[in-house]
Amino acid sequence: HCPDTRCWSPDLSGKCSHSSLAGVSPSVLGSADEEFDELCFEFGLELDEITSEKDIISKEKGEEKAKGASDVVLYKIDVPANRYDLLCLEGLVRGLQVFKERINLPRFEKIIPAEGEGQRLIITEQTAQIRPHAVAAVLRNITFTKDRYDSFIDLQEKLHQNICRKRALVAIGTHDLDTITGPFTYTAKAPSEIKFKPLSQSQEYTASQIMDLYRADSHLRHYLHLIENKPRYPVIYDSNGVVLSMPPIINGDHTKIRLNTRNVFIECTGTDITKAKIVLDIIVTMFSEYCEKPFTVEAVEVVYPNGKTHVYPELAYRTEKVKPEYINKKVGISETPSSLAKLLTRMCLKSHVTGNGNHIEIEIPPTRADIIHACDIVEDAAIAYGYNNIQMVIPKTYTIANQLPLNKFTELLRVDLAAAGFTEALTFALCSQEDIADKLRTDISATKAVRIANPKTAEFQVARTTLLPGLLKTIAANRKMPLPLKLFEISDVVVKDPNTDVGARNYRHLCAVYYNKSPGFEIIHGLLDRVMQVLEVPPNEENGYTIKAAEGTAFFPGRCAEVFAKGQSIGKLGVVHPDVITKFELTMPCSVLEINIEPFV
Amino acid sequence: MAPSVAERLLQRLGQPGAPAGLCSLDAAAQLGVDHQTLVGAVKSLQALGEVIEAEARTATRWELSAEGEEVLRDGSPEVRLFRSIPEEGLPQGEAVKLPGGSLGFSKAMANKWVRLDKGAAGGPRVHRAVPSVQDTVQEHLGQVRAGGSLPERERSELKRRKLLLEVTLKSYWIRKGSAFSTAVARPETELTPEMIATGSWRQLPFKPYNFSSLGLPPACGHLHPLLKVRSELRQIFLEMGFTEMPTENFVESSFWNFDALFQPQQHPARDQHDTFFLLDPAEAPQLPPGYYSKVKKVHSQGGYGSQGYRYEWKVEEARKNLLRTHTTSASARALFQLARQEKFTPVKYFSIDRVFRNESLDATHLAEFHQVEGLVADRGLTLGHLMGILRQFFTKLGTRG
Repeated sequence: HCPDTRCWSPDLSGKCSHSSLAGVSPSVLGSADEEFDELCFEFGLELDEITSEKDIISKEKGEEKAKGASDVVLYKIDVPANRYDLLCLEGLVRGLQVFKERINLPRFEKIIPAEGEGQRLIITEQTAQIRPHAVAAVLRNITFTKDRYDSFIDLQEKLHQNICRKRALVAIGTHDLDTITGPFTYTAKAPSEIKFKPLSQSQEYTASQIMDLYRADSHLRHYLHLIENKPRYPVIYDSNGVVLSMPPIINGDHTKIRLNTRNVFIECTGTDITKAKIVLDIIVTMFSEYCEKPFTVEAVEVVYPNGKTHVYPELAYRTEKVKPEYINKKVGISETPSSLAKLLTRMCLKSHVTGNGNHIEIEIPPTRADIIHACDIVEDAAIAYGYNNIQMVIPKTYTIANQLPLNKFTELLRVDLAAAGFTEALTFALCSQEDIADKLRTDISATKAVRIANPKTAEFQVARTTLLPGLLKTIAANRKMPLPLKLFEISDVVVKDPNTDVGARNYRHLCAVYYNKSPGFEIIHGLLDRVMQVLEVPPNEENGYTIKAAEGTAFFPGRCAEVFAKGQSIGKLGVVHPDVITKFELTMPCSVLEINIEPFV
Repeated sequence: MAPSVAERLLQRLGQPGAPAGLCSLDAAAQLGVDHQTLVGAVKSLQALGEVIEAEARTATRWELSAEGEEVLRDGSPEVRLFRSIPEEGLPQGEAVKLPGGSLGFSKAMANKWVRLDKGAAGGPRVHRAVPSVQDTVQEHLGQVRAGGSLPERERSELKRRKLLLEVTLKSYWIRKGSAFSTAVARPETELTPEMIATGSWRQLPFKPYNFSSLGLPPACGHLHPLLKVRSELRQIFLEMGFTEMPTENFVESSFWNFDALFQPQQHPARDQHDTFFLLDPAEAPQLPPGYYSKVKKVHSQGGYGSQGYRYEWKVEEARKNLLRTHTTSASARALFQLARQEKFTPVKYFSIDRVFRNESLDATHLAEFHQVEGLVADRGLTLGHLMGILRQFFTKLGTRG
């Protein structure tokens, strides 16, 4: 069930695609594969793949291992990362059924028990240092089946990976209430003082032993660092000292939920109270469906160190008022207010027309924490209307286009360089430290290079300060091509600059390399002359360009020159030093030109 | 210039009273050239068309092998052996050491020229059986050398003994062709300036062109294919009235890359494993003074109609420098500038530039790639307008849909 959490380029509101394996049987919605695909598309979800457990195992481990696996059709659906209400089968089906107007969105009810009868969770001050927040709720008289139970566990894991940021912000613990007695205490203790039998283990361990025990566990070892080096670890006890859990690592075996569990105690602890509340709301709204009184949740009173109390879950319904014209104008449609209200209701945002028809009142349920601005409401209205039904128009905005002078200049120069017989290369902006220093016979400290903090490999240590290594590496990868090799690149290099707001800037460089049995200095020189000719820069000192003999560590002694123009040095040309040639794994002589072209723009 | 072999051959053919046809072997002998040279001349004449007709012929001849030459000179092995046997005979072991060797001995025995006395004292002895012999093998070889012929049986025997070789001779029977002329007209390959000047091209034959082979590839430079696409996309934007935004900074602050775009600070995309964070310069020295506090407020408390994310927004997080993960940060900067204008003017902006992601590389994903971005800012824009612009863009790109 492992979802692919690789996020593509996030859009402006921070949404990104997140695969959810939801085993939706077609009969639930009465649609065939194609119909379901269309339905998902209309709803704003992508049906990634239609597969089965057998297919998955077959692909990963081969057909042999797949024998005997389930043939049941599985739909793999991409769910946006901020739609926690669509992460489990229950929520997804509910959402789609409301969308198709088969059911109304159920109303979630918080049941506050009579005085003295409800559960309490007492937070002590010791938690403040490590994991201050906790919320809790109870699901009464719930009926689990194997599928429901699996879904329940699965949702917790998805939430852990998603909004909980791998348990760092929030951790969820679910317990069989009938095995424990409240009031419950959430505190933090020294590791040696905590001892219990963790879930699925056969004996008791101290907290320190538990750290060692799970160090090799492929799943849990990633969370150990969240509390490991702290003086106190978080722990939840019941009134008899039974350990419910040691968040965010593991629950106790004592409170393990089985298929015949009837009453569930849910606690969410963490460092972000907003997210803890959202997580709790999501779990109870999704699974209260299976309670004896469906969609009811029993509240728990949380007592803070300072004595203040708060009742959870929030299960808040929020009201927004939006003008129908606002929606119509933003989307580009013209629907009546009541029609818009109906569209929004289909998206689980129950709405009705108020005033004299010039307002729509929208009730935002606790499952839609992703609605944070009126534009989110507009978006849902547009989805319900159907994007393909919106008329496409061209804005009347009249603008004259302007090219960025540097880019216009680059485009013209590229063509002239190709016309001169050189071939364009496109190389990486990131490279290793050696590429821009040692291999060019200079020291890294002389380069003012921008350095990367977390490179995955040595190839991404620094941003290039010169285009030369990229071109030399390109030649090294093309040694079998017929000589001469004549390459060029006009692209950006990066250099530290304390005068900019971020501390670094790009420079547009032009670099050309000639690689052959003879160095061809006159050819590279001729190319420079040609570039200057195209730019109408005359070869003289007063108002044009000149070259003067110079020293360059990357160049063969006596065969290096500096180019001066527009009152400054703009770069160098010359025959490459044999050590440089060898360090780049090349064998032929070569000459190179590299200049900054920005002064000419 | 001396006439070529081909020309001389033609002349010989064209002489009054010349025979109707010439054998190439004879012709070679008459012209005093090697037969292969003459064959070469025949072939080049054939290439000119119907100047001559050359019929290939084969003939076989018998020649002496190297061994055969030896026998002709020294006599056959059996005779040499016979002549070497003394009156009193020889022990067998010694006999095979005589000139002619064991081959001569077995041949001599077969011819009954010698006999073997098995019962002799000191081992089997070889004695002459006849007073004299005739070396017919040598005679036959001599006959063949002289150009005579042998009966089939004798000839096969000598061939079997590898004294004679059957040699195949290829020759040509050369006759005048329908377009015969004694001048060798070599066709020209190319038109030259002299031909144009003198007009001689009108009289000269030209070698036909082979149109089925490829021409010479031009020695030219090339533009990079990806950058050609970039140029094309750029052109489309310009045609649609979009102005190019400056994007000259690969290094960006988290503020512009994430916070100003309202990506929450705990969002997974801001993780170490998705973004390249910088070691040096690690932090952005400057953030836009008034603006950053507004951004902070919306993140942590909400505002402008938004609920916000309701968490503690940290400025240190916003200062963290990184390699931009999208060019949308440049768009945010551009919009910020636009907002500071005294009077709002509608704009259309675009950019196409490099972005960076710190993810595992695979067959279709690199750490560096290009992003294409466009935006329109005006009053009264709708979702329909966005879709309209996108459709127009892709239509101009050539997609149908």
